[in-house]
Amino acid sequence: MCLAIPGEIIEITGGDPLTRMARVSFGGVVREASLAYVPEAKPGDYVLVHAGFALQTIDEEEARRTLELIAQLGGAEEEGAP
Amino acid sequence: MKHLDEYRDSGRARALAAEIARAMTRPWRIMEICGGQTHAILRFGIGELLPPGLELVHGPGCPVCVTPLELIDRAIELAQTSGVVLASFGDMLRVPGSKTDLLAARARGAQVAMVYSPLEAVRLAVQKQDRQIVFFAVGFETTVPGVALAVREARQLGLRNFSILSAHVLVPPALRAILGSPQSRIQGVLAAGHVCTVEGYEDYEPIAAEFGVPVVVTGFEPVDLLQGILLCVRQLEQGRAEVENQYARAVRREGNREAKALVREMFEPVDRKWRGIGVIPSSGLALRPAWREFDAEARFALSTGAVEEPSECISGLVLQGAKKPYECAAFATRCTPERPLGAPMVSSEGACAAYYRYGRHHA
Repeated sequence: MCLAIPGEIIEITGGDPLTRMARVSFGGVVREASLAYVPEAKPGDYVLVHAGFALQTIDEEEARRTLELIAQLGGAEEEGAP
Repeated sequence: MKHLDEYRDSGRARALAAEIARAMTRPWRIMEICGGQTHAILRFGIGELLPPGLELVHGPGCPVCVTPLELIDRAIELAQTSGVVLASFGDMLRVPGSKTDLLAARARGAQVAMVYSPLEAVRLAVQKQDRQIVFFAVGFETTVPGVALAVREARQLGLRNFSILSAHVLVPPALRAILGSPQSRIQGVLAAGHVCTVEGYEDYEPIAAEFGVPVVVTGFEPVDLLQGILLCVRQLEQGRAEVENQYARAVRREGNREAKALVREMFEPVDRKWRGIGVIPSSGLALRPAWREFDAEARFALSTGAVEEPSECISGLVLQGAKKPYECAAFATRCTPERPLGAPMVSSEGACAAYYRYGRHHA
């Protein structure tokens, strides 16, 4: 139930901060989500969506750092399906 | 999909698994809290990648599983009440109460609507002004902000036909109860990423210190889980017990300030009974008095008695990581997803359902 999926904000609709909504694309599947809890989010940002609410904006810099740390272990060059 | 595929990459997963093996000098036992993590571990076969001395035990992070029978019975009672529609996440519909489940009750005429978001339940209340809409608010810290906003919206819209039956539960008090149990065998903890997305991880710092157990905030994809395990193993090997954040792309130390502020304004901690575990002090959330008009337990006269668990179900031990699902005599025989004895066999986050679905019928 704590499932939350990252998706890209395509378009923002709705007025005041607590009713701000967005169309969010999850790999091409577009759904509506509330942006009430991510007031700074803008189109092109990735947000983590749970039960119709964006809970956080994905921090691109932190994402890059995490993958870099793993790359330093070696062996990460063999890309492929799980 | 960006921010998903990178964390399902087999090369990265193997590199992390090899590093875990290199880091380990002795066996360790680590609990992942969230049922979503349990399912990912089984679905992606993470156990097979790990060195033999590393045991993963599964935690209580399945809100559907820990919702007490009494509350499910009350939800069914509401759905059977004339003029009431019970709105619920789909996950809850097949979870057995003491006599029946919501889906079976619906087949016999009870009014049950499945919703994806609490906001849909508010929309339902707008559409059906002649009905009372009760949202069955089940979930951990992750789900509460959405419910808070739904209740707030209901007040803004002046809706007198919307309320919630709160079954909300909190992770830190449950983690304390599990680590504080004399039977606890847990040496390290992977904290649930999305719970911490909302609440942050400051609350885990005193827990790590008090119980001497490293806590690593961890995501849900295979690479996240393996990196979380690696960070935890390194702490264990070095004799450290700190809170670390593997899931930094989605979790800040302070969590989501806006969400926390609204949740604290509207909800207060209450003692809550956890199915199979018992009452844990201050482990649930209920609406504060200023919002009580939206509390279904205040609006409707509901049964209050306690109900006994089916004696054969060992879900309490499974939810505390004390037993694996296949150690239950009823597993996959008298208890299956089609005919469950307990909630962990039904829920998409339940450990028993994960072991059943991915064919782990033995060690």
